[in-house]
Amino acid sequence: MKKTETVALRINGQTLSVRAGTSVAAALRIAGSADMGTARRSVLGQARAPFCGMGICHECRVDIDGRRRLACQTRCEDGMVVETSA
Amino acid sequence: MQADVIVIGAGIVGAACAHALAQAGQQVLVLDAGVGGATGAGMGHLVVMDDNPAELALSRHSLALWRSLVPRMADDCAFSPCGTLWVAADDAEMVAAEEKQQRLGQHGIDCRLLSANQLATAEPALRPGLAGALEVTGDGIVYAPNAARWLLGDGGSNIHIEAAEVVAIEAGHVRLADGTQRRAPQILLANGIHATALCPELPIRPKKGHLLITDRYPGTVHHQLVELGYITSAHHAEGPSVAFNLQPRPTGQLLIGSSRQFDTTDMAVEAPMVAQMLQRALRYIPALGDLNAIRSWTGLRAATPDSLPLLGRHPWREGLWLAVGHEGLGVTTATGTAQLLAELMTGAAPAFDPTPYAAERFTATATA
Ligand SMILES: Cc1cc2nc3c(=O)[nH]c(=O)nc-3n(C[C@H](O)[C@H](O)[C@H](O)COP(=O)(O)OP(=O)(O)OC[C@H]3O[C@@H](n4cnc5c(N)ncnc54)[C@H](O)[C@@H]3O)c2cc1C
Ligand code: FES
Repeated sequence: MKKTETVALRINGQTLSVRAGTSVAAALRIAGSADMGTARRSVLGQARAPFCGMGICHECRVDIDGRRRLACQTRCEDGMVVETSA
Repeated sequence: MQADVIVIGAGIVGAACAHALAQAGQQVLVLDAGVGGATGAGMGHLVVMDDNPAELALSRHSLALWRSLVPRMADDCAFSPCGTLWVAADDAEMVAAEEKQQRLGQHGIDCRLLSANQLATAEPALRPGLAGALEVTGDGIVYAPNAARWLLGDGGSNIHIEAAEVVAIEAGHVRLADGTQRRAPQILLANGIHATALCPELPIRPKKGHLLITDRYPGTVHHQLVELGYITSAHHAEGPSVAFNLQPRPTGQLLIGSSRQFDTTDMAVEAPMVAQMLQRALRYIPALGDLNAIRSWTGLRAATPDSLPLLGRHPWREGLWLAVGHEGLGVTTATGTAQLLAELMTGAAPAFDPTPYAAERFTATATA
């Protein structure tokens, strides 16, 4: 088992390396310490971040490689492109 | 307060009736049990329908009334004048589109035929190979729960609202669940699918529908899209059926319908029905498959045997009026319903012929 394998993805244009197996929700938190891992904006413009972590609340919706996905239900992959404020 | 009229039900129909009665100078007491209904579950498409002359008369008058309200309506009613595109899949449906254009045109309703190319330009998300469409420009959409709230508020001091469940209607008064009574010389039943609990004699059956809404994808679709096959596939079928019906919400979300099932009151979302509905939608907009759905729910339409509502006097109950049975068109027809009822209840001349909607059309045959 390779303990130190990492993957590199881009979140809003910034490259980030995380341990393989990290969820996109966790990567958002790592990348966005200033905004508490904001995933998206509500209709009224309020910040929304991953909440339940298990695919129920849908607060973690982001665009992953051009498709709207749940960040908490998606593992980071090499070369992945993530856009928030979806 | 001495009420002139008690309205039972504060969904879009009860709210519109209370509003029209208040504008006619009546003191209106609105009673609502808060059990919810179709108004919070539907699509809110304001659409001229022409399956028969009576449906056309009611929906056409209603659309004109909606348009007159829009300039004053609150923003959260989310009105959008998006129009409807009746999408023709093949040449046979294009013939149906032409016939529909003629019928609507005869009644002064703005509409125009789109060729296959014009349709592709108007709605690039639709799959290639469709035959064309009929665009009805005066149609729109509204967020019905907020429109109902706005109508009640706009009635001003002539409308009084009470949270209360009516358990019985008797001559000159209604009995509430807490045992008390409310009196008024006229009572208007507008409680949607729950009407038969108070008037079991009314010929109303539940017709369940599923809807699904996506995340926000602004600019994907511009008009409310309805398949022309809808006219034959969904409206007249007895068994479960689906039809492609898609609404661009002002938020950028896509509201996808629709399904119809008779005689079930189980509100559960049924995966096979949703799957069938989405497969139908994918046949028109393949790219929907890449979008994220966030919620799916069901609602019950209150259907009469001929799909026209029951409007006007109750055939034999003294002082009781009916505004129920609006099936899948009650948001649209709430305003025309309200105008007609307010006119009939205050003795004014009706703006259009009320006879096709009178409940006697069923009691007459039943007692013959
Ligand atoms: C899936 C679906 C899609 C639809 N799409 C459209 C569309 O695109 N366009 C359109 O025009 N229409 C549409 N409709 C139809 C439309 O939503 C309904 O016709 C309309 O909302 C009916 O309104 P209502 O006020 O008669 O009844 P409801 O909205 O059901 O309101 C009834 C009210 O009565 C109250 N009530 C019930 N019993 C009592 C009691 N005993 N005492 C006191 N209060 C009581 C309830 O609390 C409720 O507030 C759709 C319906 C469904 C289900
Ligand atoms: S955090 Fe709740 S669904 Fe992802």
